[in-house]
Amino acid sequence: MAETAVKEKEPLIGFGKTERRLLTDPLNDNNPITVQVLGICSALAVTSLVYPAVVMAIAVTLVTAFSNLFTSMLRQYIPKSVRMIVQLVIIATLVTIVELILKYFNYPIYKQLSVYIGLIITNCIVMGRLEAFAMANKPWRSFLDGIGNGLGYGAILIIVAIIREIFGKGSLFAGSPIELKIIGPTADYLINTTQSALFGWYTNNNLMVLPAAAMFIIGILIWIQRSYNSKLVDVS
Amino acid sequence: MEFINVFIKTAFIENLVLSYFLGMCSYLAVSKSVKTAFGLGMAVIFVLGITMPINWLINEYLLSEKGLFGIDLTFLRFILFIATIAAMVQLVEMVVEKFSPALYAALGIFLPLITVNCAILGGSLFMISRELSLSNSVAFGLGGGFGWFLAIIAIAAIREKIRYSNVPPALRGLGMAFILTGLMGIAFMSLMGIDPAAFASK
Repeated sequence: MAETAVKEKEPLIGFGKTERRLLTDPLNDNNPITVQVLGICSALAVTSLVYPAVVMAIAVTLVTAFSNLFTSMLRQYIPKSVRMIVQLVIIATLVTIVELILKYFNYPIYKQLSVYIGLIITNCIVMGRLEAFAMANKPWRSFLDGIGNGLGYGAILIIVAIIREIFGKGSLFAGSPIELKIIGPTADYLINTTQSALFGWYTNNNLMVLPAAAMFIIGILIWIQRSYNSKLVDVS
Repeated sequence: MEFINVFIKTAFIENLVLSYFLGMCSYLAVSKSVKTAFGLGMAVIFVLGITMPINWLINEYLLSEKGLFGIDLTFLRFILFIATIAAMVQLVEMVVEKFSPALYAALGIFLPLITVNCAILGGSLFMISRELSLSNSVAFGLGGGFGWFLAIIAIAAIREKIRYSNVPPALRGLGMAFILTGLMGIAFMSLMGIDPAAFASK
């Protein structure tokens, strides 16, 4: 596991086997959502469309990476008793910066994500990685660990969002410049259900738009992952 | 009677866990037995009920343009809110330790973790974005906490029973908890038919 402090001598900035594992481990074996059960709070609410999910994934990756970096730099100076407050201040500052940037560059998405951008502060991934990794490791590795975990979180977010958007709305990337309309009842869509003989029966599945659908999809993703990866199975 | 109206709406119709996914981390982690779930649920009700009006006052009298400093300081909202929440959780921790050492021992690490429970900060941010009044913010806090309490008690009771069922090994534990939460979310959606105004008019 990558959780323990690395004893061997490490270069200031290098990219070897350990560094690569820091990036790839969270994608499957140590995924923040399906294995560590962190950061589900804000993850599910933004997955009804792909575009906000991508923006959210980028925002979380930035915050985890930089908060890991800064906490790791300061780790020798933070007294143990007040470390939570110090970590929260670092995270809250970074989230405020991300929020202001997003508000400036893309106001509609900022409106759509509403409180969930602010909720990155209490996203357990950020805090969890600070406690588990950044407090015990050097800055460069902590930074990579932050990026890896952000990507692992983003991967699940985007998989869930793609399933929900295709079956719930019949489109992909709605609201972004590269919007794709796949299946629907008007001529704009690639498959026009009013014309096509094969897909005449098709309507969008309203369950997919509901919050509950995200729970089912993640539950099933966990099921699939654990069937292939027997060491993750819950024995209790 | 708007107080009751807001309370019912936040507790049942717009349940924090089941329709906004707030506080999922501790909801999944502490729902293995009803007893600890009960304690954590009570603590969340208490913290939400206290922090909502305090954060409302901070937002109104310190951060807004009409406030003490006369300039728009809303970009400091996240930092001040999280500081208030951390302080309140510390307070609750001391109270619980004094009056119920057994509960304190049972909650263990999860009590300080209420600080990073999204339900608390999320509740504060929702309260601001909905522009509630001070009394309604109390109702919002208590109602949200009560809804969270109901949800965690329900899932804990189901998980206690399902331990004796023949669930596929790969689905056991976490996977099943997700699917159960989804089913509960659908069940709670049937409460959307409640008209809160009907309670208010009486």
